[in-house]
Amino acid sequence: MGSGGPASRPRLEGVRLSPIRRSAALIAGRAAGFASRALRRGGGTALPGLVAEALAPGLAAYLASQLGIGSLIVTGTNGKTTTARMVAGIASTAGLRPLPNRSGSNLMRGVATALMAGADLRGRLRDGPRRLGVFEVDEATLPQAVEALRPRVLVFTNLFRDQLDRYGEVDSVAAGWRRTLESGAPSTAVVLNADDPSVAALADVAPGEVLYYGLDDASAALACAEHAADARWCPSCGSEYRYAALFYGHVGHWLCPGCSRSRPAPQVRATTVGREGGRTVIDVETPVGRLSLSLALSGLYNAYNALAAAAAGFALGLNLEAIGEGVASATAAFGRQESFEVDGRRVLVLLGKNPAGLNQVLRTIAGDETEKHLLFLLNDGIADGRDVSWIWDADFELLASQPGAWVLSGTRAEDLALRLKYAGLATPAAVEPDAEAALSRALRETPPGGLLYVVPTYTAMLRVRELLARRGRRAHYWEES
Amino acid sequence: MRKVLRLAHLYPRLMNLYGDRGNILCLRRRCEARDIELVVEELELGDPLDPAAHDLVFIGGGQDREQRRIAEDLAAGKGEALRKAAEDGVAMLAVCGGYQLFGRYYRTGAGDDLPGVAVFDAWTMHPGEGARRCIGDVAARWEGGTLVGFENHGGRTYLGSGARPLARVERGYGNNGEDGTEGAVHRNAYGTYLHGSLLPKNPRFTDHILRLALGRRYGQVELAPLSDSVEEAAHAAALRVAQRRARVGRR
Repeated sequence: MGSGGPASRPRLEGVRLSPIRRSAALIAGRAAGFASRALRRGGGTALPGLVAEALAPGLAAYLASQLGIGSLIVTGTNGKTTTARMVAGIASTAGLRPLPNRSGSNLMRGVATALMAGADLRGRLRDGPRRLGVFEVDEATLPQAVEALRPRVLVFTNLFRDQLDRYGEVDSVAAGWRRTLESGAPSTAVVLNADDPSVAALADVAPGEVLYYGLDDASAALACAEHAADARWCPSCGSEYRYAALFYGHVGHWLCPGCSRSRPAPQVRATTVGREGGRTVIDVETPVGRLSLSLALSGLYNAYNALAAAAAGFALGLNLEAIGEGVASATAAFGRQESFEVDGRRVLVLLGKNPAGLNQVLRTIAGDETEKHLLFLLNDGIADGRDVSWIWDADFELLASQPGAWVLSGTRAEDLALRLKYAGLATPAAVEPDAEAALSRALRETPPGGLLYVVPTYTAMLRVRELLARRGRRAHYWEES
Repeated sequence: MRKVLRLAHLYPRLMNLYGDRGNILCLRRRCEARDIELVVEELELGDPLDPAAHDLVFIGGGQDREQRRIAEDLAAGKGEALRKAAEDGVAMLAVCGGYQLFGRYYRTGAGDDLPGVAVFDAWTMHPGEGARRCIGDVAARWEGGTLVGFENHGGRTYLGSGARPLARVERGYGNNGEDGTEGAVHRNAYGTYLHGSLLPKNPRFTDHILRLALGRRYGQVELAPLSDSVEEAAHAAALRVAQRRARVGRR
């Protein structure tokens, strides 16, 4: 975690900003975003906020204070984007006007950019009384975000190893979360994943109401533990957790044999999770009644995202009908099981950016037992993590033993090839470091009418999505409503 | 008769943070390809270590919290067995956090000393939580060629006269970012800061370790050459990245 945190800045400094300075910052920020889009440097999803906050620090806090319904923050290693998207869907269904930050723009500048887009140039939020801020926030940015937004609801999804070269150790992320909650306001309701022991333990320091969600259906459990488990030991007494059911990584029905801490009983709990007609169907019990969730996304990790969103909706006091409808209408977020039609082939993009998330993606693809066409892209940019060691913690063995045609790409395609060789891939995978050439090749090798799975790291996803948007049917992400 | 190598994998559940299990996978595959059986025994906290029972010892990296528990466990018995095994010429590979604990001591950011097992005449100092970590790609020269990998450590390691460096840093920080050394060697024991995973991308170094382990048990052994084009391509890619963006090693 960075030193010199946000505490040094007085709260709501922006309130004292002069109207002229505020407007100047809003105009400069907007101009920067416009220039960024015009120059095709990106979606302008963070630059306006960066520029404006530099000119008028506290602008984001000032704008956030005008959100009539308040703010909701989603953080955690995996599932932030999809969960936030579902919450926004629920809020819309309930008649609110969600104000979300754009997929992946989850540092303070991305949050500020979203708030600016909702305001006029005098710094007044449009339709303020009906607006709910729905922000996905980077794990390490949480302290600043909570300081600026004073959220009504704070949702934690899970905590896994991710980009250790950027975040430092997993423990230091958890410590930052605890400090944030310890200094938080009692008016913030905290929504926690009961099945992730590191997240569930945050209840100890939560300043206000705590709501747990979790999966009761033990039939979804794994036969054996995955390698990418990061919370195996009780932080209180040091004993190794035992699991009555383990769903993925270290997520499951945990129990500490030493100090008898155990998975708390979730108030929002899934009693069954199944697949019906290409959709995931989840039966949920809540304190006010039963709810059936049906979502267009597959994989247990998305069932957890839906549960988190439902619990968040419940914490906001929204009714069960809106929650059910909002989750059902949620489509794939940016690069997360997003589907494209290209040259008569269907392309499914599944972001895989850390061992726990990638394992869920590998497991989901392995569930398709036909001969598969696969394009994996590994980049080592700052946003991906410079260190590619993490691929050795992901269970590529799940797919390497199945029939499939592989194309490997990205700045570190050669490392992927080596990982797959050691995972036991029978015939060497094709290596094509250039993403465009790799995509063309993978599409060519996929029969017409067939399905191509594309699994990229973060920056590779941005690139491959741009290529797909050019060749197939789907809008640029900053053109989404 | 089929040759057998017995590997002790120390604390696989605690010290597993940076993809270090790729090293075990690599040793296993490169043994299998030569019709050598690699028997892996995983030793956790409290499990006894028989110094005569293994041809190879591996320990990976972990977080500070885990290192503390391991330091205690090592001091309670395994450490002495490891020192004895190292003096007997058992081949060892200790990576990052494991490497730090194979030195004499590790002075943490909080200022207290974790005792090490002293396989290497080396010690590690953490300059404090506010200090910059040594993070980045590494390329280093060792006697058998180039080593490539990725380092991510807060502690700085210094070698005494009883240990020699494994390699000279060309790109990256290495042991401490000051003296240009990377890793340590004592008899057949090797310590290093390199993740990557290290062994898959450095097949010559892997075979060197295997040769040491086999030689001690079976005398002079020829290792059949393997087709390493995939390994060499990953090695070359990591080397290119290190040369492009990692800091130039200081010496």
